[in-house]
Amino acid sequence: MYKVKVFVTLRESVLDPQGTAVKNSLHTMNYNEVSDVRIGKFMELNIEKSDRDVEEVVIEMCERLLANVVIEDYRFEIEEAVAQ
Amino acid sequence: MRFAVIVFPGSNCDVDMYHAVKDELGADVEYVWHDAESLDEFDGILLPGGFSYGDYLRSGAIARFSNVMKEVVKAAEAGKPVLGVCNGFQILLEAGLLPGAMRRNESLKFICRPVELKVENNETMFSSAYEKDEVITIPIAHGEGNYYCDEETLAKLKDNNQIVFTYNGSNPNGSLENIAGIINEKGNVLGMMPHPERAVDELLGGADGLKLFQSIVKQWREAHVVKA
Repeated sequence: MYKVKVFVTLRESVLDPQGTAVKNSLHTMNYNEVSDVRIGKFMELNIEKSDRDVEEVVIEMCERLLANVVIEDYRFEIEEAVAQ
Repeated sequence: MRFAVIVFPGSNCDVDMYHAVKDELGADVEYVWHDAESLDEFDGILLPGGFSYGDYLRSGAIARFSNVMKEVVKAAEAGKPVLGVCNGFQILLEAGLLPGAMRRNESLKFICRPVELKVENNETMFSSAYEKDEVITIPIAHGEGNYYCDEETLAKLKDNNQIVFTYNGSNPNGSLENIAGIINEKGNVLGMMPHPERAVDELLGGADGLKLFQSIVKQWREAHVVKA
């Protein structure tokens, strides 16, 4: 069994209105050192071992559903879960 | 001509769409559930607005994989008119039937009010009843209508005259180039954020949306009705 963490964020080239609003709010709170905020999504997947390469499967899922690659980037971490 | 209004769990403009087609346009129309196996008996496909699957993950992302979408793709490939309004537009983008993607409105607010649109292209099966550059008033109601595509795609949209409607005057959501509605290259799949089905009766504030539906029927009749 694998535990997979997927992070999806808007692409650098795409303006993130939520991130901009949060950045402005942080500036109002005097955290002026914050130069950029990007808001994204975090997903945790438990994936059973199969005869397919897990990384290949995760990439496929990200490209097809978990991220919209027109505006979003994704990255992921794969951990092998220890059996309980 | 027979229309299908596709109903996803969470669609909420399906009844308006049905009413516009049946009562105002006077055409045949049926609701079709998202798990339907075939759309063969329909001549036009309408994807209504709403919050399909609660807008989980991204607007339209889950609906795009529902059973009926395979049939919508088939209908689009067969050249049948496919219209996606609001969430319907978002689903068409997620399905890759139209290029680009939607971002949250620049203001981060859900905006619900009538807006002015400019008819940029009246040579489509959805807009032929309008004049070129005609300014019409149609309501919008969305939180994610901030259209985006990369520069290459935008150049293509412009070159092929695929931008059908733009916001006139002020842009409510921050969309690229004031885009409110685009059509595919083949000219039979239109996605738009404004709701023409909510503007089909003067009694309810305006009927500028009706011509869009009339355009579809006119084109279909010209193509299908045998001349005596």
